[in-house]
Amino acid sequence: MAEMDTSSSGGHKKGPGVKKGKKLSTRIDLTPMVDLGFLLITFFMYTTTMQKPKTMEINMPYKDPNIKMEDQTKIKASTAITILLSKNHRIYYYEGLGTDSSKSPDYHATNFAAKGGIRDEIMAKQKAVEAMKRQGTLGPKDQTTILIKPDTTSTYDDLVNILDEMSINDVRVYAIVDISTIEQDNIHTTEVANGVK
Amino acid sequence: MPKVKLPRKSTNIDMTAMCDVAFLLLTFFMLATKFKPDEPVVVKTPNSISEIPIPDTDIMLITVDPKGRMFFSIDNQIRRRDLINNIDAVKQLGLSEQEKENFKRGASVGVPFNQLKSYLSAAPEEQKKFDASTAGIPADTSVTNPNNELAVWIRGARETNPKLRICIKADGDASYPSVQKIIRTLEGWKIFRFNLITGLKAVPYGSAAYNMQLSGKSK
Repeated sequence: MAEMDTSSSGGHKKGPGVKKGKKLSTRIDLTPMVDLGFLLITFFMYTTTMQKPKTMEINMPYKDPNIKMEDQTKIKASTAITILLSKNHRIYYYEGLGTDSSKSPDYHATNFAAKGGIRDEIMAKQKAVEAMKRQGTLGPKDQTTILIKPDTTSTYDDLVNILDEMSINDVRVYAIVDISTIEQDNIHTTEVANGVK
Repeated sequence: MPKVKLPRKSTNIDMTAMCDVAFLLLTFFMLATKFKPDEPVVVKTPNSISEIPIPDTDIMLITVDPKGRMFFSIDNQIRRRDLINNIDAVKQLGLSEQEKENFKRGASVGVPFNQLKSYLSAAPEEQKKFDASTAGIPADTSVTNPNNELAVWIRGARETNPKLRICIKADGDASYPSVQKIIRTLEGWKIFRFNLITGLKAVPYGSAAYNMQLSGKSK
């Protein structure tokens, strides 16, 4: 392809007897270059990450042993909903804080489904709180409060999902709290009663 | 009817256009992506709608794999050197200069202190075997527990660099108690603000967050 034409000894006019220099095409075969290009693309696609992972900021409540118990619970039970995270991505929830020891709260089971899951319950609660605010039973500063109690059988996935629900539904007041043994027992009895493994 | 004579065409195709496309794509991938960081374990993080990017510098990364094993790392190599000096002094590990250098150059560490010396003196291939078999950094819900080695790491890292942002990168299948241990340990050191690393998920249609996004208001 790329060789020099040495046959003609320069200066001569081209006549009929003179061998014509072959006109070489200026086109180069680009196939190997394309091959190389795609090889590099494949390499970059495999070794790099497309997007930077995002982060979710969480603020835990300031814990101080000096804070007394009376100062801690100022949440009104009517604004609160307690969510228990259980195994196999199941959720149990009940209205209120569960601090009333005289009667056991009413447990409901749900899941993370987009429709008919925990999101609908949170939204219903928010509407109920808004309605109570309008009626005047709650002060203007009261907000829907959610207590998240992950059971030991729940996964990190559940925790992130429920925290995500908080930001999806714009719940401003929520806390991650340790589950109590009574609640664990309650979940267990509910599961046994319903034949859930 | 006379036969239509089709002109003979060359089988050679002009590759220039294809070459252009290939290199355009190549340029795109080179600019838009970044190399995967070296990680001891594969972690699949859950997704959230949060769009806060990870800060570029001053990161303390606590990785939790699906089995709940913990790995610890900080980003800056100079700080890593300070950190290992600190840990060596606190825990009396007797690390050599070479082992400290290995720590500085290395990635996340997930071995208990009593194995740290042998881990750091091992070759990179040996370290991979360590990572596969290790039980991770022992942690506990209480910082006063002497077995809570994660607490020692966190305190050491905070002492070398107080500006560190704490990122927890846990696998979606990691059990809650292992994550709880980290949260309690952080709380024990009076750290109440930290980041959970997640993937990105679309905001569900019609939700409060969706409406906020539409109105252009961010939290």
